[in-house]
Amino acid sequence: MEAILIPLGAGLLQAFEPLNLFMIFAGCLAGLFVGCMPGLGSVNGVAILLPVTFLVPPTAAIIFLAALYYGAMYGGAISSITLGIPGASTAVATVFDGRPMAQSGKADKALMAAAIASFIGGTVSIVLFTLFAPPLAAFALKFGPQEEFALMLLAFATFIGLGGDDIPKTIFSILLGLVMAAIGFDIISGQPRMIFFDMVEFQRGIGFLVLAIGIYGIGEMLWTLESTKGQVQMHSVNITWARFKENLREIKLYINSTWVGSFLGFFVGTLPAAGATPASLMSYGLSKTFSKDPDSFGKGNVAGVAAPEAANNAASTGSMLPMITLGIPGSPTTAILLGGMIIWGLRPGPLLFTESPDFVWGLIGSMYVANVATVLLNLALIPVFIRVLAMPFTLLTPIIFMLCVLGVFATTDRMFDTWIMLILGVCGYLLRKLNYPVAPAVLAIVLGPLAERSLRQSLISSQGDVTTFITRPISLTCVILALLLISYPLIQKMMRRRKMADAS
Amino acid sequence: MRFVKTVAVSALALAVSAPAALAEWQLRKPVEFIIMAGTGGGADQIARLLQGLIEKKGLSSRPFIPINKPGGSGAEALRYLQDKAGDDHTVMMTLNSFYTTPIIQEELGVDVTTFTPIGLMAMDTFLLWVHTDRDDITDLDSYVAAVKGAGLDWKVGGTGSGQEDSVLTAMMEAAFEYDVTYIPFPGGGTVAKNLIGNQIDSTVNNPSEQMEFYRAGSSKPLVQFTGERMAAFPDVPTAKELDVDIEYYMQRSVNGPPGMSPEAVAFYTDLFGELFASQEWQDFCTSDGLTCDNFLNGDDLAAFHATQVEAHKKLIEQVGADAITGE
Repeated sequence: MEAILIPLGAGLLQAFEPLNLFMIFAGCLAGLFVGCMPGLGSVNGVAILLPVTFLVPPTAAIIFLAALYYGAMYGGAISSITLGIPGASTAVATVFDGRPMAQSGKADKALMAAAIASFIGGTVSIVLFTLFAPPLAAFALKFGPQEEFALMLLAFATFIGLGGDDIPKTIFSILLGLVMAAIGFDIISGQPRMIFFDMVEFQRGIGFLVLAIGIYGIGEMLWTLESTKGQVQMHSVNITWARFKENLREIKLYINSTWVGSFLGFFVGTLPAAGATPASLMSYGLSKTFSKDPDSFGKGNVAGVAAPEAANNAASTGSMLPMITLGIPGSPTTAILLGGMIIWGLRPGPLLFTESPDFVWGLIGSMYVANVATVLLNLALIPVFIRVLAMPFTLLTPIIFMLCVLGVFATTDRMFDTWIMLILGVCGYLLRKLNYPVAPAVLAIVLGPLAERSLRQSLISSQGDVTTFITRPISLTCVILALLLISYPLIQKMMRRRKMADAS
Repeated sequence: MRFVKTVAVSALALAVSAPAALAEWQLRKPVEFIIMAGTGGGADQIARLLQGLIEKKGLSSRPFIPINKPGGSGAEALRYLQDKAGDDHTVMMTLNSFYTTPIIQEELGVDVTTFTPIGLMAMDTFLLWVHTDRDDITDLDSYVAAVKGAGLDWKVGGTGSGQEDSVLTAMMEAAFEYDVTYIPFPGGGTVAKNLIGNQIDSTVNNPSEQMEFYRAGSSKPLVQFTGERMAAFPDVPTAKELDVDIEYYMQRSVNGPPGMSPEAVAFYTDLFGELFASQEWQDFCTSDGLTCDNFLNGDDLAAFHATQVEAHKKLIEQVGADAITGE
């Protein structure tokens, strides 16, 4: 224990040095902004601000970038909730319930839940990081293709196993997402596939953000227009001290989802290749499956905001682990951090902990402080964010439309993707009218490529033997859990029937 | 649209009529720095180091933003660059799949000799690596014996069918007369991690990808595929010393899309030339076993690419495209 506490104390002291403390606040603030602008995700933010870091010592620099990464995770939730456009891929699951909450005048509650859940997620994650970094790195190494695939299976199971929803329609939606994920180059052989009308643009595939912004930004906008005929009364809320205290008391409504999201997010984040987006989607699915009132999810359940937000912050800390201990970034943003570290003469890898302890512990210490900083900044800024909702709908709609188009073009730099986004937006709206759930399609387009790669790698390595998934202990555990999750709604139904029989 | 055209035409006219402006060609927006491989691999590390050096030395008024496009053994990146013809704000960090992928995937419709060569930053090297737990494997002979004993259960990790490591794996299969199972991963870093986690049995990583694990005592090199022993690995024999005729290098050059304007080419050539000569880059080359003696650019690099394309065509013919794609 002492081996951890002493360097941690030194790390915290380092984080409280005036320069470092300033870097933390500056980073969090920049991150909030970058995160809430659609299309300007943490990747671009970190890349653009990398030069700033050459002006300060390496520890202060990485602290700044990590705080920025952190702040961006919070920031994503802001546009998801207030505008219904996911600011970053990690915040898509936050739209599911955050948007309905904002529409019914609970934007402040949603933002508060997002901030508090993110804080808990980040804190849990950093504590786990501090205590168990080396053994967890060893555990991450045990994850081969088979384990990765089993984990993806588990992720899909959290979405199929949703009680209440129409299961055939859910499966249809998942398949639709998988088909879209398959467009482009085959990941194993490199051959182009599903190139519709021989248009070379399809070779690059359909990005996840294109689908998510289309469905949630455009589709949702059309839906709101139709259902309200433009007579939208966005409820703006006045934040008073009493309301704030009332909101604080509501933590108990989502605390369980937050814990689930925190641990799950950290765990998924530590696996190289997974990252915060799958973590937040899985956390949402899991939270809904085990909720007492699963039907209220997607209609403005505050636990549906807390679960993914806890998970994405936990995962962003988690993904620092493979970067620092193995030199393999768990997300595109950590890849840029990695580049920064190489310049400062630090080589991430198994030896970093012993060779540059000041740096590693300074970073860990700063993550504790960054967490507190972001939650404070966020809570203080909630009244500012919800001003957005006070705008008249006639003004807000064009702004949303513009941000959607801009967001997609900024990320992909192609008009082709912008058109696809608009088409998918209309499709999303039609699917919604027909009562198809669209979230599973979004999940599938994120997880599809990961699942396909690991499935095919596993089968190549076992020479086609499918039992490879059940002869390895970790993989077997995941497969069993996935099967349980899929059959959970059925079991629940049977239990209910038995109870009713007993009662009569 | 007409307005844009007018502006473009008059800008062009201005540029042509004002030769002084040529010398001062400047970036107008951030540069997309495409990496035709996944994160954590050799190309990725190099591109990110270069990006950081550009920022640190203030060589560019606009940021270089690294973007990984690892899909289809670099096919995604190649196609992307081809479609960017005439663009002055996109450059790509390439590796040998720059040559092999278009040969193996003819339908891709990419001819790399039409691309704009900018500068050859380094020649990278390959070593054969196994986990240090494999006490039974101490040299090339015991390695070959172990592979032959395991047959298709022997798993070699690599970065994709048609990538340079799959070419080298196919060359080894031909030289030692064995067959292995080749598993593609999205980047050299992931391959390294899977070797350390014992998910695969061996790999032909570049030094930079294994260096940290090697220093931590988790992996060991058996043989290097270079002409002479590298300074970083003085105790590891070359294949030639062991009478195995395999010598294979990886080029690490920066290229632009077809039809890049001469002013932009001059700008990037200067920029990467300066990076090449910097102390930081030369130090990185020494510590990571890269050869960085000569900064090829312009026509020299174009000629180099042309020879490499031909050499790889021959190589692929010899070992057979099927051996590389694993079909």
